[in-house]
Amino acid sequence: MDTESTYSGYSYYSGRSRGSHRHGERSRDRHKSRSKDSRSEKSVTINTPPAEPLLGDSSVRGEQVQDDNWGETTTAVTGTSEHSLSQEDIVRITKDLEDSVGLDCRRYFTRTLAVILGLLVFLTPLAFLVLPHLLWPEKLQSCGTACEGLFISVAFKLLILLLAVWALFFRPARAGLPRVFVFRALLAVLVLLFVVSYWLFYGVRILDSQDENYQGIVQYAVSLVDALLFIHYLAIVLLELRQLQPCFSVCVARSTDGETRHYNLGQLSIQRAALAIIEHYYCDFPVHNPALLSASKSRAAKHLAGLKVYNVDGEFPAGPAEGPGNNAAAAGLAHSQSRAMIAAAARRRDTSHNELYYEEAEHERRVRKRKARLVVAVEEAFTHIKRMQEEEQKKSPGDVMDPREAAQAIFPSMARALQKYLRTTKQQHCHSMESIQQHLAFCITNNMTPKAFLESYLTPGPTLQYSRNHWLARQWTLISEASVTNSLKDGTIFLLKCVDFSLVVTSKKIPYIQMSEEYIDPKSHKFVLRLQSETSV
Amino acid sequence: MSFVPGQPVIAVVERIEIKKLRHGDNLILGFSIGGGIDQDPGQNPFSEDKTDKGIYVTRISQGGPADEAGLKMGDKIMQVNGWDMTVVTHDEARKKLTKKKEDVVRLLVTRKTLEEAVKHSKGKYPRP
Repeated sequence: MDTESTYSGYSYYSGRSRGSHRHGERSRDRHKSRSKDSRSEKSVTINTPPAEPLLGDSSVRGEQVQDDNWGETTTAVTGTSEHSLSQEDIVRITKDLEDSVGLDCRRYFTRTLAVILGLLVFLTPLAFLVLPHLLWPEKLQSCGTACEGLFISVAFKLLILLLAVWALFFRPARAGLPRVFVFRALLAVLVLLFVVSYWLFYGVRILDSQDENYQGIVQYAVSLVDALLFIHYLAIVLLELRQLQPCFSVCVARSTDGETRHYNLGQLSIQRAALAIIEHYYCDFPVHNPALLSASKSRAAKHLAGLKVYNVDGEFPAGPAEGPGNNAAAAGLAHSQSRAMIAAAARRRDTSHNELYYEEAEHERRVRKRKARLVVAVEEAFTHIKRMQEEEQKKSPGDVMDPREAAQAIFPSMARALQKYLRTTKQQHCHSMESIQQHLAFCITNNMTPKAFLESYLTPGPTLQYSRNHWLARQWTLISEASVTNSLKDGTIFLLKCVDFSLVVTSKKIPYIQMSEEYIDPKSHKFVLRLQSETSV
Repeated sequence: MSFVPGQPVIAVVERIEIKKLRHGDNLILGFSIGGGIDQDPGQNPFSEDKTDKGIYVTRISQGGPADEAGLKMGDKIMQVNGWDMTVVTHDEARKKLTKKKEDVVRLLVTRKTLEEAVKHSKGKYPRP
């Protein structure tokens, strides 16, 4: 009964294990024959899942008939997978390319524009101050004390302006939005107009006439810098402060499984609101698991498959329509057919609810059993490791391991239980063996308990917790009936479509609250006993 | 039957004489009272003015001495044998009614219908 049980480290997620050598592990776990189980598990092997397209649809597995021991009797592929390039690798490489090179012309275009504008703004006051000295030095009045004091003021205000612009504008861009950011564009235009008008005035009144009053020129430059600081204040208010006060409550629902959250947003345009919502999505929503939806899809298919419509009256089913009259007849025919189907489905005595109930109860029981086994296995595994004290270091240098090796040492004893649990809860595609081992090493390093280690596998966490290929950060589409630069209004509805699900967003205005006041005198709290007796005489 | 604090209370009263009945060891009158200055006047179902803390007849046993003497449910007892009943506690009222040495109690009671009857016949309230 004991077939040879091999634990091949490759097959959990082919291609992932390409880099690291697993030979040592293979030899260590060769003797892991678990025959004590009464079920027909003959080997410990974890077989290769078919190459899953990373961009969503992991239900390619076809998990309609969920048999956890499916595939457990096959042995693993051995040496060939070490050097083969699976589809996941190709996609991963393309993604890395995208991240590093980032051929985004529009972003660079806006950046260069911003830099040019910034240089123009900073050099203008300096130019105002320096040009008279260059062009008509002999006519210029000498700079008195007040004038030199103004130099200091210009210098410091320019420094403050530099720091403020750096703080507000020179931050790494968080996102690429579909349309231009209206406020920022307006501000840039305003600054440009402002600087151009100052130059015009300077050119006409000072350069042409070669004004000798240097103090006046310096004051002019100071006024320019003051005005620029005020424009920066305007920028802060428009770009940062205006949307801080919450004004709308948005309800975000995921279309596939109905997860809903509510957020408070301020006055934003639709695209900026969408950006804020997506950032919240990555933190709050549990990761999207398409494998959990297969059950309802199969039930839906069964509903439709049960009935078939036959036409016994001799009318031919609608062929290609020949003219409007035929069209109407065909439409009427289809209409009556669907109505007949609905009526028949309503009348049919359907026992699918019964199946659902028992199936769910069974699944619940199975999950709990697996979880119990997993917890025990992990706790036992953790007892094999302990942190080495300083004194012991001198005694036995041979068995000392770093966290990664320690993780690799205790991982095999819990691997099977963990894998079965993940299969039962349909999470096996979210965690690769490499990531599990990394997490285990991390937990060991930080002295975490087995329960802390297991927490990330027992409950689905937010999307950012998983590997990069679950993020899909570059594939969001904003679908909206109103223009995306319009500001959010009460009743705005838009969709944020990712690859295999979409987020439906509705916004409601937070109502205007009218509060009135009522004063209670602290001495007015007085009480009496409440008695009502009736006596017979 | 509302009163103005500080002013004398004016009411039209009926004189009712009840002979106590011997029932075993006790002398009973055959009615129940409610109210009193230590009670909650708001729960009195018979009073017009819900701040009235007077003694009211809440129940009359059928065929008892009070019923035969003409006492009605909802009557307000103003005096018992000369003792005032408008500003007494519930227990004091009970004591005045159940004195063992007296076997006749003379009550002055008032009810709304009395005042209306007088108004009807005379056309206005009796002058103080």
